[in-house]
Amino acid sequence: MLKQTTYLSHSYGKPDGFTLAAYEAAGGYRGVRKALAMSREQVVDEVKKAHIRGRGGAGFDCGTKWSFMPKESKKPHYLVINADEGEPGTFKDRTIMELNPHSMVEGCIIGCYGIGAHAAYIYVRDELHLSKERLWGAIREARAKGYLGQNPFGKDYPVEIYVHTGAGAYICGEETSLLNSLEGKRGEPRLKPPFPAQYGAFGCPTTVNNAETVAIVPTVFEMGGDAFSQLSTLHSLNDGGARLFGVSGHVKRPGVYEAAVGLTLRELIYDLGGGILDDRPMLGVIPGGSSCPVHLPDETVNLPNDPRFAAWHGKSILDLPLGVDTFRAVGGMLGTCCAIVMNDSADPVLALHNLVRFYKHESCGQCTPCREGCGWVDRIIKKIVQGEATMDELDEISEIASNITGNTICAFGDGAAQPMLAFVKKYRKSFEDYVRTGGKSQTRRLSL
Amino acid sequence: MAFALSAERERELEEIVARYPNKMAACIPVLHLCQEQNQNWVSDEVITFVAHRLDLSPAHVKGVVTFYTLFNQKPVGKHQVWVCQTLSCALRGAGEILSHCEKRLGCHVGETSKDGKVTLRTAECLASCGTAPMMQIDKKYYENLSVPEVDRLLDGLLKG
Ligand SMILES: Cc1cc2nc3c(=O)[nH]c(=O)nc-3n(C[C@H](O)[C@H](O)[C@H](O)COP(=O)(O)O)c2cc1C
Ligand code: SF4
Ligand code: FES
Repeated sequence: MLKQTTYLSHSYGKPDGFTLAAYEAAGGYRGVRKALAMSREQVVDEVKKAHIRGRGGAGFDCGTKWSFMPKESKKPHYLVINADEGEPGTFKDRTIMELNPHSMVEGCIIGCYGIGAHAAYIYVRDELHLSKERLWGAIREARAKGYLGQNPFGKDYPVEIYVHTGAGAYICGEETSLLNSLEGKRGEPRLKPPFPAQYGAFGCPTTVNNAETVAIVPTVFEMGGDAFSQLSTLHSLNDGGARLFGVSGHVKRPGVYEAAVGLTLRELIYDLGGGILDDRPMLGVIPGGSSCPVHLPDETVNLPNDPRFAAWHGKSILDLPLGVDTFRAVGGMLGTCCAIVMNDSADPVLALHNLVRFYKHESCGQCTPCREGCGWVDRIIKKIVQGEATMDELDEISEIASNITGNTICAFGDGAAQPMLAFVKKYRKSFEDYVRTGGKSQTRRLSL
Repeated sequence: MAFALSAERERELEEIVARYPNKMAACIPVLHLCQEQNQNWVSDEVITFVAHRLDLSPAHVKGVVTFYTLFNQKPVGKHQVWVCQTLSCALRGAGEILSHCEKRLGCHVGETSKDGKVTLRTAECLASCGTAPMMQIDKKYYENLSVPEVDRLLDGLLKG
């Protein structure tokens, strides 16, 4: 059931909504006061109860991640916020930074306290100049009020927040690459383990959280962890609260919408997104950023043996609630909850070509399967589009993609392989037609 | 000629360095600062300067510069235009916007217009997919573009 919320988006559309005055008028900086009155352990427990699944794409439970930080250590701890937002189709974190930056500042204060850190770095991709300006502005306002610095809200627990910037590299959204980039190095992902909670920024225990993950934390303390979790229809699957959803591509009202977790693709595309552009049939939908497998509109949920998902067995994929575990169970991925919709004016071969070009451009080049594989598939699709490929080469795409999966340092490789595997499997006929007709079968267009 | 920062940017450099537990971490923000002062590109002189000020080897700084696409390794036009070409924008007509830019500027992607005013580039997803198609001009985003709107924007750049 569609349940729109405004925990993060209450300031959207208000000209001065990003200011401290507006934030406090709307009830801001109340959650942090409650949090700082608790012990560090109580703060982490409250966040655990909220069942915030990481909003950066992997869906890891936020409170659990915080609990991995050492209880006592001689080294400083760091909170690092991932605001590198570069996953194709994803445009939600930018709205928080531009329109509600104080929610991130408040969340960072709580986060630092919860993980035993005194400094937070917000890593913003360089292109987002307005976001950086608004974040710095919010930090300055908060510091002037004494909310940051030596005694936030009268508590003897110093906290500072800094904005750090990248320089244009999608891979820096991967958390260990981001840490290298924060340290002033090339943004190449690190081998794990060690994990950031042991050896993160500057060799110290570090928690990396997505911008939206940290921005929703104040709401958890404002309303209580349990109550927050129960906003979600997937509360029983430990996927709690409300979150931002995005929809772009061929819909009538593309944009960012906030709703309780458990929204369905049908609600996102038709109720919030206004339906398919030009009222044409839907070709497919990528639920949460380009690294998620694409779904066809006529797919059904096939989960006969899992009682957790019995309610949706046999239903259309468009009616499966958007949750971390629901989409994992159908072999898909929820990702960032920002869907890309295509109507039938789009050519699936060209759509995949567009994405593979992206991955080829953004691979950091450390792992052979990823570096070579992305380039190889790009060359094959180019041949398909030009009508020069054979059926054997078409089959090679899936083979190469399977060889990338699981054989790389970071999850970029899997993220690149997913669209390759899903597009070729689900639009097999379109690909075959291209090969058979020498590339003359299709509209050769992505947009009308 | 050796590279130097303005007095104001020197102060900013000190501020940046103070944010981190070591100097190396300031490398990327300081490179941005220097690039801005150096007509938007990173020359060998800039690399030497940054290496010297942050106690890094020039090879380290060069390695960083070559990794990130936003550090320009050669001179660029007075203005930089990036047209997002990734899927959400492509579905909303980015291809048409891009070819129109090429026509208007008389140069291809990656090149600078003859008068040296505008360097044209493509970008990968700029987190503006809900307002596609879009482009970035210098530090600003322009969203929900149409061809006439692009014309208006480019006119402004070419005249200015
Ligand atoms: C290639 C790649 C790109 C990523 N890009 C982003 C990103 O832009 N923003 C983000 O928050 N997480 C991104 N992630 C996920 C991060 O590695 C990490 O899981 C996340 O920041 C953790 O925060 P969360 O638990 O709050 O979601 C990316 C991961 C990979 C493998
Ligand atoms: S999987 Fe790709 S992006 Fe990740 S470390 Fe390996 S080469 Fe780099
Ligand atoms: S695809 Fe162009 S901004 Fe995201």
